Amino acid sequence: MAFSHLLELENVHTELSLAEGTLRAVDGVSLTIDAGETLGIVGESGSGKSMTALSIMRLLPRSGRIVEGSIRFKDRVLSDLSEDEMEAIRGTEMAMIFQDPMTSLNPVYRTGWQVGEPLRIHRHVGSGEAIATATDLFRQVGIPDAKSRVRHFPHMLSGGMRQRAMIAMGLSMSPSLLIADEPTTALDVTIQAQILDLLRRLNREYGTATILITHNLGVVAGMCDRVIVMYAGRIVEQGRTEDVFSHPEHPYTWSLLRSIPRLDAEPHEPLTPIEGSPPDMVHLPAGCKFQPRCPFAVARCSREEPSLLQVRDQLARCWVTQAGTELNG
Amino acid sequence: MSNAPAIVAAEGPIRRRPVALLELARKNRGVLVGLALVAVLFLVALLAPVISPHDPIATEPDNAYLPPLSPGHALGTDELGRDQISRILWGARISLPVAFVAVAVGLVAGGLIGLISGYAGGLTDLLLMRVIDALLAFPALILAIALVAALGPSLRIAIGIVAIPAYARLVRAVVLQLKQMEFVVATRSLGATPVRIVLRHLIPNLMNPVLVQVSLSAGFAILAEAVLSFLGLGAQPPTPDWGQMITTGRTFLPNDPWLAIIPGVAISITVYSFNLLGDSLRDALDPRLRR
Repeated sequence: MAFSHLLELENVHTELSLAEGTLRAVDGVSLTIDAGETLGIVGESGSGKSMTALSIMRLLPRSGRIVEGSIRFKDRVLSDLSEDEMEAIRGTEMAMIFQDPMTSLNPVYRTGWQVGEPLRIHRHVGSGEAIATATDLFRQVGIPDAKSRVRHFPHMLSGGMRQRAMIAMGLSMSPSLLIADEPTTALDVTIQAQILDLLRRLNREYGTATILITHNLGVVAGMCDRVIVMYAGRIVEQGRTEDVFSHPEHPYTWSLLRSIPRLDAEPHEPLTPIEGSPPDMVHLPAGCKFQPRCPFAVARCSREEPSLLQVRDQLARCWVTQAGTELNG
Repeated sequence: MSNAPAIVAAEGPIRRRPVALLELARKNRGVLVGLALVAVLFLVALLAPVISPHDPIATEPDNAYLPPLSPGHALGTDELGRDQISRILWGARISLPVAFVAVAVGLVAGGLIGLISGYAGGLTDLLLMRVIDALLAFPALILAIALVAALGPSLRIAIGIVAIPAYARLVRAVVLQLKQMEFVVATRSLGATPVRIVLRHLIPNLMNPVLVQVSLSAGFAILAEAVLSFLGLGAQPPTPDWGQMITTGRTFLPNDPWLAIIPGVAISITVYSFNLLGDSLRDALDPRLRR
């Protein structure tokens, strides 16, 4: 059998039908992830990163629909599966962690009860066993005094603690793929670091392949083997983390990296934001979608859209770098 | 394992829900009084045959029109010499079951419509809500009268149907709000079926607002039953019914006003008890007002 990836997306298009019109939230995304790997997906709000994740889980909102492309997971084509088969995969083989730990737990149940929910759904275990397993999971994700914490209601736990509980819930059936959608965005910086440490540790110890979705480049740098940068529903750059960070080949990535506030900056040196505003997804510009904001744009950029091609060590969707020009400025 | 003293307190027994209601009553005087009054009303209805001094339908023509505080008839007697206090006590046996059944009908039907409407959304929601709007288009009592005319003398069902829109809208609104919360998607991402999400994850979250609505609509049901009986659509003589007692008493208002006033007071106290319970529960359960 040929080598196959754990998860493989091929030319996936996801549409959202909104009152303003239909938009391509995910436009031709192809990506792979192998067992044990960590993949970062970076982009600003509305760039399609969460929609990509929800497409994989087949949990798109009612207005969303995958219109083209295929998603293969462990040699199964997910779009061919029935909803029942999909429910059997969710929580057991792939799990997802969400952004807001404040609303991700059901307020009327004790945290231990909820963390045991996947066990009750998939293995039909009794409540005593579920609580015992939940206690165990709480210990593994570093919740102190797990025995009494499982009896607490969500509002009695701090944000970081709740996110740990969410991670425990996601890991309860030892999935081979964990999708973390902005798991640290709602947490303060010290807690962020702890949660990332935890995700990294779990990835190493259990070999859980992890897709980390974030708009924080620092998070990706510290944790991911490979990174994908998304803009307007498309992948604009993809490669090994160190390559993308040391020599970005797409002007968007380049601008993102430049806009990070630096500690060694001169006092009162202004920040360098990306000019312009994120694209209107219903009325996208012709040609390259980043071109209206791009400091390197040439005439061709507004006429034709570039494809994602090899540029040096990574893939980039840019006429300028594909022609061999280096990004400087 | 841990030596933090604060944790020890958290090791207490797990509190169950019914106890939570008593806990609320202990903290909130309104809930306590409302709960006590409602409990007394139910006891009265239950024990009416035991605690009534007289047969409520036995006539004593010689003792007609006795004023309240007459010997042997604490609240006097009516135009046929029937003991008023016994009729009031027995009247609770008519009113409370009506409230009970009407609330059950409204809660089950309205709750189901609200759940489906809120969770399914789209066209289903649109259609169901237009049905509810149609029900709401009629004034509550007019609708109840029309339903009694159509369904026959089954007051409890008619009043229950009138109560449906309030439950449907309440449940739908809360479900819509809950659906926005990430735990719904999070639970689906763990492999829970939509049915499981509604039954095990959404319904428990609905308990508090529904509990408030149950108390309030019980008060409404009792009032509606009294009004319909007053109009002659409910219990027929000689059944002791508060609304119908007012109808008869009305004729004697100039000379013997207590014949109408006493059942009126009984209705007021009952409705007040349920409303007090409902209002206080709403305040006590409102997280914004919680200390």
